Amino acid sequence: MKVLGFLLLLAGWAIAFAAVVLLRTEIQRGVFAMAGIAVEALGMILVVRAHQPPKGQSE
Amino acid sequence: MTPASVVCLFFVFLVPLAAAGLALINTGLGRSRSAAHAMLASLLAMAVAAMVYAAESLFVRGQPLDGSPASLAVLLQMLGAGLAALIPLSSGADRWRLGASCASAALLAGCTYPLFAHWVWGGGWLAQLGANYGLGHGFLDAGGASSIQVVGGLTALSVTWILGPRRGKYATHGAPAAIPGHDAVIVVFACFLTWLGWLGLNAAGAILFTGAEAGRAVPIAVNTTLSASAGLLATAAISRVRFGRPDASLCANGWVGGLVASSAACAFVTPAGAVAIGLAAGVLVTFTVAYIEWPLGIDDPGGAISVHAASGLWGVLAVGIFARSADGVSGQWLAQLVGIATLIGLVLPLTYSLNWLLNRVYCQRVAPEGERQGMDLYELGAGAYPEFATHNEEFTQL
Repeated sequence: MKVLGFLLLLAGWAIAFAAVVLLRTEIQRGVFAMAGIAVEALGMILVVRAHQPPKGQSE
Repeated sequence: MTPASVVCLFFVFLVPLAAAGLALINTGLGRSRSAAHAMLASLLAMAVAAMVYAAESLFVRGQPLDGSPASLAVLLQMLGAGLAALIPLSSGADRWRLGASCASAALLAGCTYPLFAHWVWGGGWLAQLGANYGLGHGFLDAGGASSIQVVGGLTALSVTWILGPRRGKYATHGAPAAIPGHDAVIVVFACFLTWLGWLGLNAAGAILFTGAEAGRAVPIAVNTTLSASAGLLATAAISRVRFGRPDASLCANGWVGGLVASSAACAFVTPAGAVAIGLAAGVLVTFTVAYIEWPLGIDDPGGAISVHAASGLWGVLAVGIFARSADGVSGQWLAQLVGIATLIGLVLPLTYSLNWLLNRVYCQRVAPEGERQGMDLYELGAGAYPEFATHNEEFTQL
């Protein structure tokens, strides 16, 4: 889950970067850049969940 | 040296006060049994980061240190690398080994920081977004909200994940136990030091990296102060409403959060914009400090992730929202958005990977015995306050 989360972070950046390079209008670029940020948010959720301490930790 | 360079040098000389402030905040928000360790770790991290960054500038990039404006920028970045290296110490308090924190500071100053700082301040691809792709003036960050604060904050997040929470933090059904800081006085005093340091950092950064004239230092100082004040007042008001009285440590975090958020936009916004940026940063810090601790389960004793990463990201975005564009160039918000995507999507995986690899070859977390004794006794052999009786509950509770 952790690795998948980090891959999603990289994929989100790639989407945002590709949007700026490949698209022309500001609206298109903005929509795709925000889609990239949304993918990064999904990645963050996975990474955070992978690092949450187990419930009832004794220490 | 030109008069403008002398003025700029004066601002650069104020920056170590920000480091002193952050070090005192880290120490005050930690436990008394790790206080000397926290201060020494801060000084060591500054020293390691400054040496690594200076060596990299001299020997890898061949930048001369000859008193030219370019060498002044190297000096500011050397201090910036040190500031960024201080930030993770707050998150790793009470459990991060001294040697590991120095090694992590070296990785930050040698890899992560120079890479992103070059993209933003060294004419890299983020700075060129305007020229190459028509996105406003390219990614803008006058005082290092992204390259110093967010890079440091994301490293703090990585270190916190790798170290895990302090013993006893999530003991009962996963709910967090309150482990308050040991000295609110030095935390609040440190806020005054950070204020001076940030005035220098923002003014010097704006002059050296955005081409602002030395006379612009006055509105930059006004914006920095207004943003920090708004952050503090927002935090004080919210904690007063939520808890019945203002919380000193949270208010200190709100103040620093306002300073951090002001860094990116201080040279480009009106005073009203600076107040709005600071207010939003104060609100953000108040709620993210609690949310990060629970339910996210991230043990960040000093709130560095909220104060530096979250507020820094907001400050970067705020440039796209509040910056005045005299020439009517559009797309600035998009350049800032691409910068944010780069920080989260590239810098976070990079800094996590580096610290994860470091942890594989050199365990970063102190032994359980060290946490029980306190970092002062375990790693330094003596406590910070030997004349005071130790609080019994510190040893019996955990």
